[in-house]
Amino acid sequence: MSKKIKKKSTFIDMTAMSDVTVLLLTFFMLTATFVQKEPVQVNPPQSVSEIKIPETNIVSVLVEPNGKVYMSLDKQPDRLEVLRKVGEHYSIKFSDEELKKFSLLSSFGAPINVMKDFLALPTDKQDKEIVNLGIPCDSTNNQFREWMRYAKIVNRDLVIAIKADGGTPYPLVKDIMETLQELKEYRYNLITSLKNAPEI
Amino acid sequence: MAEIQEKDSGGKKGKQKKFNVRVDFTPMVDMNMLLITFFMLCTTMSKPQTMEIAMPRKDVDVEEQEKIKDSRAITILLGKNDKVYYYLGMLKTEDYENPDKLVETNFSGDENSLRALLLGRNSEVVQQMKDLKLKKNNLEVADSTYRRQSIEIKKNKESPIVMIKASEFATYRNLVDALDEMNICSIGTYAIMDIAPGDLRLLYNRDPAAGYEVVTEEK
Repeated sequence: MSKKIKKKSTFIDMTAMSDVTVLLLTFFMLTATFVQKEPVQVNPPQSVSEIKIPETNIVSVLVEPNGKVYMSLDKQPDRLEVLRKVGEHYSIKFSDEELKKFSLLSSFGAPINVMKDFLALPTDKQDKEIVNLGIPCDSTNNQFREWMRYAKIVNRDLVIAIKADGGTPYPLVKDIMETLQELKEYRYNLITSLKNAPEI
Repeated sequence: MAEIQEKDSGGKKGKQKKFNVRVDFTPMVDMNMLLITFFMLCTTMSKPQTMEIAMPRKDVDVEEQEKIKDSRAITILLGKNDKVYYYLGMLKTEDYENPDKLVETNFSGDENSLRALLLGRNSEVVQQMKDLKLKKNNLEVADSTYRRQSIEIKKNKESPIVMIKASEFATYRNLVDALDEMNICSIGTYAIMDIAPGDLRLLYNRDPAAGYEVVTEEK
């Protein structure tokens, strides 16, 4: 070995790198809108429609392939008020604590008679339990209609969005649409994922 | 740089060392990268797409149906196993046994597809929309004008009126596909309607094994 070769330091200065990552981190933190936790996985069908859904004042209806229906409201005070009103309709009195707990749920879907028990569960149990529940929507016991009615009463500006799985049988979606028609709601959004428009 | 050179200016005797505080930022970078990954995975950069639809009012539905000119009407039937059929014009009783009335089609975009049919029948509107879109892309018309004019164009008196009727075996995806074709083909007037007994009879005659419920007429 020649003596002239100097031992070079392998120390790489990471400061610049750190600067870049912090900048990126700030960007992502500021632009983050968190994915809403949904009780069930739903794959919406594809469409060429490029209209974006508004950010606030949405009431979305989640329909999973077996026809279970869940709803979500984007404003906490609305949720609280809706539960109180629906509770009154079915003569169930919810305590302040239950109302508070309910308003923290991003989406809900339990028959009103088991809602009290459901709210008493710890959060991780709720997530497991909600998969088996869902809002009843059949013609004899249409609780979905009452939820939707009171949601619209509480907040008149709500835009209705339906997010259904592509494989949902049509009659189940039709039930939802007919319920909305009964409530004199004729305009709503169907949530789809984007596909490229063909050349015509 | 992340080096702080400290020099003691004091003239104290003894152990005055020139020491080199060099902070290693590598763990910091690691942690930042982890956080970035977390935020990237948790964010939705794009909002979900939607399709705006307006359903017909229940009470006025029947009267409207009478007014449709026979030549403009196209009915799409969504059947079992993603099958799509259409027929032109209104359905009459003598059509029930006519095997040529109901035509099978698809959503693919080839020459047998629904798109080819609708584009052919709606060619005037499609052409006008194309011109308008080109004008918009060249910034010759404003967005608001574009919207107003596209509504005007779609009011064309000769363009087809499409009725979408889904059988109980259809899926939501079929419905959205059908609505999508309406958007692609610039159909101004279309409606989602309940399937009529006559339509079910046509479907039954085409595919008796599928199990469409046919109501036998008693008169």
